[in-house]
Amino acid sequence: MLTLEDVRISYGAIQAVKGISLNVGERELVALVGSNGAGKTTTLRTISGIFRPRTGRIVYEGRDLTKLAPHQIVAAGVVQAPEGRQIFGSLTVRENLMLGAVSRRDRAAIPADLERVFDLFPVLKERLGQAGGTLSGGEQQMLSIGRALMARPRLLLLDEPSLGLAPLIVARIFDVIARLKAEGVTILLVEQNARKALEVADRAYVLETGLVALSGSARELAANPEIERAYLGG
Amino acid sequence: MSFSEFGQQFVNALGLGSIYALVAIGLAMVFGILRLINFAHGEVLMLGAFATYYYAEWTSLPFLVVAVLGVLTTVAVGLLMERVAYRPIRGAPDVALLLTSLGVSIAVQNTAILRFGEQPKKFPTPEAIEKQVDLGANVQISVTNIVTIGVALSLMALLTLFVTRTQLGISMRAAAENAMAARLMGININTVIVAAFAIGSAMAGVAGILWGARVGRIEPLMGFIPVLKAFVATVIGGFGSIPGAVIGAYILGFGEIYLVALLPGDLTGYRDAFIFGALILILLFRPQGILGSTEPEKI
Repeated sequence: MLTLEDVRISYGAIQAVKGISLNVGERELVALVGSNGAGKTTTLRTISGIFRPRTGRIVYEGRDLTKLAPHQIVAAGVVQAPEGRQIFGSLTVRENLMLGAVSRRDRAAIPADLERVFDLFPVLKERLGQAGGTLSGGEQQMLSIGRALMARPRLLLLDEPSLGLAPLIVARIFDVIARLKAEGVTILLVEQNARKALEVADRAYVLETGLVALSGSARELAANPEIERAYLGG
Repeated sequence: MSFSEFGQQFVNALGLGSIYALVAIGLAMVFGILRLINFAHGEVLMLGAFATYYYAEWTSLPFLVVAVLGVLTTVAVGLLMERVAYRPIRGAPDVALLLTSLGVSIAVQNTAILRFGEQPKKFPTPEAIEKQVDLGANVQISVTNIVTIGVALSLMALLTLFVTRTQLGISMRAAAENAMAARLMGININTVIVAAFAIGSAMAGVAGILWGARVGRIEPLMGFIPVLKAFVATVIGGFGSIPGAVIGAYILGFGEIYLVALLPGDLTGYRDAFIFGALILILLFRPQGILGSTEPEKI
């Protein structure tokens, strides 16, 4: 469904991603794990069209995403819930959710999708008229994912959904991720919390300083002593 | 100050504040999304006044029609500036953006001096609004002020509906708050920027016409002072905040008018010195303004 071929990304003279190749299959949940600065967020933002790769191709269902603007990529079905949640703090929860649906042509289906988001995150329904900035960190993360879902993603990009959240909330978020996968949404998940990510993922890539260091099925990687030592704190 | 004088000055201040507000809205909108302080915004105002002047000269259309054509011209000017000058340097450092806008401003001013001449021209204000209305008790207010206040408040009400009720308006607020997140949501950032320039320029065009009617004369450098005052207004209100810009504009309008009314005669010439002195104090003690956020975000 999504293929990255030897993608290199630089900021000025600094090469953040030094040649990554990976693929995500239909209905798969693929995790991208690795420490801070490994190039995970840069890779996701490049898939979304915020950054342009210096070389390499990003192909989604036969289309080269590196030629499309961010809004065209969203319209094609690749939607991101960005790192740090990035919700619009001065806009209401309802406005945030409706902005997620900005690219939709099937306006009539939007109310039903709103209900689906409330079903996943009931707390958002209670907060509809509130400014996004007044929500707690966990609620903001739910809003960020809910907002992305309003675009009806076929490929959902999640960037550090557990960052800075209490363990109980992290568990809730991962329950929802598992549920979305069960519903057939293809997911590319970026996480520093490698243990959690490997629990829900089918496959994973381990990034180290801009390169894929290891890849394989999540189960294999979780059992790999090297991973255990470096990322799972075992 | 007598009661009648106070009343007259009150309407005067509202009128002046309304013009500043119309100019400040465009500055705030563009700054909110692009972090660009568009000094050429004053030239958009000037061109609105001149376009209206020439359309009135060339045709015998009613003033209202001529004014609408003048405003449409400013929209075209604003969009042209965005496309030619600002889009190519989008994302450049703030200093480059600022210098570009100053460059555009100077280029348009000088072209206007060459084309229109340096001499002020008499603005074709319709006689109907040049009159004074006597409210009794010695209070006389000019129809120009009433029209200015009415037009400005109506436009602000329309703008409020636009940014709270329409998809494009909500997208605009989202992009002003966090441009990257807006793009990740599928908002076409170009559409939002073009809309901000179109709306801001239209408001500046209206301000230029109202300014022409207020002062009676127009000249190629007429945009400089209003844009500077609008800039002060946006600083007072918090740069990038549209409601802040409007509040700042009225504070400035009232400050100026009552300063002149209350200061002893030999100090009124220092009005702008007081205004800009106040600006320096605000920048020192509350740089984020009244409604501004303390953590500006960039594209």
